[in-house]
Amino acid sequence: MPEELIKFSHFGFQYNAQAAPTLYDIDLTVHAGEKILIAGPSGCGKSTLAHCINGLIPFNYPGTATGSLTIRGKETREMNIFDISKVVGTVLQDLDGQFIGLTVGEDIAFALENDEVPQDEMRRRVRETAERVTIADHLDHAPDELSGGQKQRVSMAGIMVDDVDVFLFDEPLANLDPATGKRAIEIIDQIQKDTGAAVLIIEHRLEDVLWRDVDRIVLMGEGRILADLAPDELLCGGYLAEHGIREPLYLTALRYAGVTVTPDMLPHSIRTLRLSEAQKRQVRAWHQAQRPAPPPAPQPPVLQARDIDFCYDNGFHALKGITTDIHRGELMAIVGTNGAGKSTFSKVVCGFEKPQRGTLTLDGQDMAGLSIKERADRIGYVMQNPNQMISKAFIFDEVAFGLRLRGVPEDEVKARVEETLRICGLYPMRNWPVSAVSYGQKKRVTIAAILVLEPQILILDEPTAGQDFKHYTEIMEFLRSLHDQGITVVMITHDMHLMLEYAQRAVVFSGGQIIADDTSANILTSPDIIARANLKETSLYDLALCCGIGEPGAFVQRFIDHDREVRGQ
Amino acid sequence: MTGLFNYIPRQSPIHAMTGAAKLVCMLTWTMAAMITFDTRYLLLLTLSALVLFRVSGIKFREVKVLIAFSAVFMVLNNVLIYLFAPEYGVELYGARTELVHFIGRYGITAQQLLYHANVILKYTVTIPMVLLFVSTTQPSEFAASLNRIGVSYRIAYSVSLALRYIPDILKEYHDISQAQQARGVELTSKENLFKRLKNASAILLPLILSSLERIEVVSTAMELRCFGKRSKRTWYRAQAFAAGDYAIMAAGGALVCISFLLIYLNGGRLWNPFV
Amino acid sequence: MQKLSIKTIVAVGIGAALFFVLHTYVAIPTPIPNTRISFDYPILAVLSLLFGPVAGVLIGIIGHALSDLVYGSIWWSWVAGSAFFGLAMGFVGTKLKLDDGEFGVKGAVIFNIAQAVAHLISWGLIAPALDILIYSEPADKIFLQGAVGSAGNILSTAIVGTLLCIAYVAARPKKGSLTKED
Repeated sequence: MPEELIKFSHFGFQYNAQAAPTLYDIDLTVHAGEKILIAGPSGCGKSTLAHCINGLIPFNYPGTATGSLTIRGKETREMNIFDISKVVGTVLQDLDGQFIGLTVGEDIAFALENDEVPQDEMRRRVRETAERVTIADHLDHAPDELSGGQKQRVSMAGIMVDDVDVFLFDEPLANLDPATGKRAIEIIDQIQKDTGAAVLIIEHRLEDVLWRDVDRIVLMGEGRILADLAPDELLCGGYLAEHGIREPLYLTALRYAGVTVTPDMLPHSIRTLRLSEAQKRQVRAWHQAQRPAPPPAPQPPVLQARDIDFCYDNGFHALKGITTDIHRGELMAIVGTNGAGKSTFSKVVCGFEKPQRGTLTLDGQDMAGLSIKERADRIGYVMQNPNQMISKAFIFDEVAFGLRLRGVPEDEVKARVEETLRICGLYPMRNWPVSAVSYGQKKRVTIAAILVLEPQILILDEPTAGQDFKHYTEIMEFLRSLHDQGITVVMITHDMHLMLEYAQRAVVFSGGQIIADDTSANILTSPDIIARANLKETSLYDLALCCGIGEPGAFVQRFIDHDREVRGQ
Repeated sequence: MTGLFNYIPRQSPIHAMTGAAKLVCMLTWTMAAMITFDTRYLLLLTLSALVLFRVSGIKFREVKVLIAFSAVFMVLNNVLIYLFAPEYGVELYGARTELVHFIGRYGITAQQLLYHANVILKYTVTIPMVLLFVSTTQPSEFAASLNRIGVSYRIAYSVSLALRYIPDILKEYHDISQAQQARGVELTSKENLFKRLKNASAILLPLILSSLERIEVVSTAMELRCFGKRSKRTWYRAQAFAAGDYAIMAAGGALVCISFLLIYLNGGRLWNPFV
Repeated sequence: MQKLSIKTIVAVGIGAALFFVLHTYVAIPTPIPNTRISFDYPILAVLSLLFGPVAGVLIGIIGHALSDLVYGSIWWSWVAGSAFFGLAMGFVGTKLKLDDGEFGVKGAVIFNIAQAVAHLISWGLIAPALDILIYSEPADKIFLQGAVGSAGNILSTAIVGTLLCIAYVAARPKKGSLTKED
């Protein structure tokens, strides 16, 4: 039996500032060399569990612990955070927060510097570690010259350099595009195999983590461990849907087709899944039985971009001849990797940046002469992070801010704000401070603050970044209800689920150009576009191929339509 | 980041010196220039600074924006001094040799000219040296250098963190500012001053709140990677001192000594040719 | 010297970066030609209130010195002014206790008297005195510059600083009973 590295027994924890415990009766053992996925919805206690493991609890967040937690046989309360750091290395979700050094080399060396490792040895170890995560060519690069995936590899190297026994990853996929996320999972797997360390991954995107095998999945809910099982068993137990975690899409599709999934079919990954001929027939039959939904009736364009060229001051040519239409009442997505031009395009539309060439028309009227403020009356822009938008303490004032700045009389402000708050489901909380509401509700406040200006088009940058399935659904259903009321909604995203489930149409940016403009289902089943835009095939595509369905795009579309119906009930 | 402080990589003896030695030299040089008011010494230092600049291989056009900026400031400052105190040199040197007379209290005296020359020389002594330090030292080496010359490594690391997060915060400021402008926040002259200041807080509040959040995350990340565990730390980017480094630090110290010596010889900080 | 906590060190680093960005890149025009108001001091004031006098001094020195370095010369006399302002506001912070969630009229009055006095000492006394010592500039010119500098900084700290303090206190998550209204 391998060594027990971490052992929780009857462990509970309550923060000093809170009325009830956050963790109850945790029993969990991590052995050397194991790879464990810890999943659960927001607020289930998984972050608190992670803090207990890396020593932030009790050393940084005061509270009361019950039961026992040992790391290599020692009670953590008798250790200090530095001792624990020698055993457990943590990669935080916020990649810019974790990247402390001015350059890659310095950041990897950080822990060694703190340990007074002599410079020669330090340089050697930094180089070796950098080579293992293939970042050695970038040792002198500053963080703003790196992509998200590269920053994450630097973070991993910064932990590996210290030879820890446990790697703890806190939501490693949250800030990465699909292809980079897939690669991150591969690298994590590689690190584990090379070093023999134990790996703990906290993540709610189950399907993406399962791209590489894990030994166990620990499912948490309301401060308790609900299940601690091998992936194949957990996926068949119906636990996921019950506890607000999204199950892999191919399993949902199999369920719809009436196929009963059992552990011996190895359902933890689409690559290992074994289907009998009879089961494949079942899937094909389901596919045939679904009526394709009629394509939406074409609407006139509301925003037209013609041959837009934009180059930043530093010479970066971000947009190269962008021509596209956004139609009235559409719910569409703009996708692509960081640097593909999607954010720049939205900045040009909002007037934050002036294109060097090309025209933008709104309802046939040239927008060139309109100021940022004038454009904002008709095109609303919602930033990714609500905390960067909220500038007033109270919800009502926040939503009223734009109207008051425009000199609208106060009685009209009141009427319009109240109406908007009703639409957004925030009316009962109108007099609350913004700080009292959840992240998802804050997001709604920022959307309300833009909606109150009655724009024709709403542009949202990553509307669901960092949200679990429940909050994701909440935000997206809200956006859909706005769309049903006739507002044109444009979402900038690299979340493939969002694209598939909500966007009728997706425009794909790559290297400053539009490389595809089609339904999401068609885009996520075209290997060429997927590769160029750093996306990832949906597992439904693989399922369709595996079942011998010749038109995977249509299969995906029918699945989405059906899924919407089922979830709508 | 690389663009921020105008670091210009090049092969030169000055680039090759350690950051700590250059820092000491820059600080002592500046101090020597602050202490003395001996025009001859200031002139000598200026000429030496220009020679060093030449040695570093940095081209004038690479720093001309910075020089232009300083030049404008210098001219403005001199104009202001003259407008306020056209006879200040006379007062300082205790003699009056009028060369030209304009109107009222304004004219040109030899004493005032010498005084202005001193003020200008104070700039020309220090600016090339500071520019030289900035252009030949990698920002990464700043923190290690400060620690090397005796600043606590904790404070030195704050400097490194500041350099690290300036680009991130600048970008965040731009993003917030654009989003708020879209909501109607106006910072230009279209609004009255009071409104503008009020509007500015609509941008600064999210900026400060997110910076506080950043402080939390970064300090957690540093703690988890054992910052502050020991009473000292080593530096990936530090360089060992070579003979040349000791030499320029000694030279810097000597310059300060000369400044004090001149005070003694001149019987005051001022070198006065008029008595 | 007592060891600085990691949080203070990080607050100094991030605070200096904020000071730098606001000092170097952000300013709004005033009705007086060629005079602009920037927001470096309101931010320095708020950060010093929150993190204490040691952080205040260090943010002042590092933030100001780095800002000067960009232009190729460090004006130690004015850096000293910023350092003093941060120090003074840091001591005021130990009295005001923004983190306890109170900043009423009394707090605003204390804050504004303190910031005005601190600015006057920094730009009306410390910086000019050092300028006279180092550059031997004429006193009336220096003090006029100090007066103009103080006025702009006092104004922007009064308005922006006070608003930030109010908003900061209101934005602190509070426990207590919030009820939904119909």
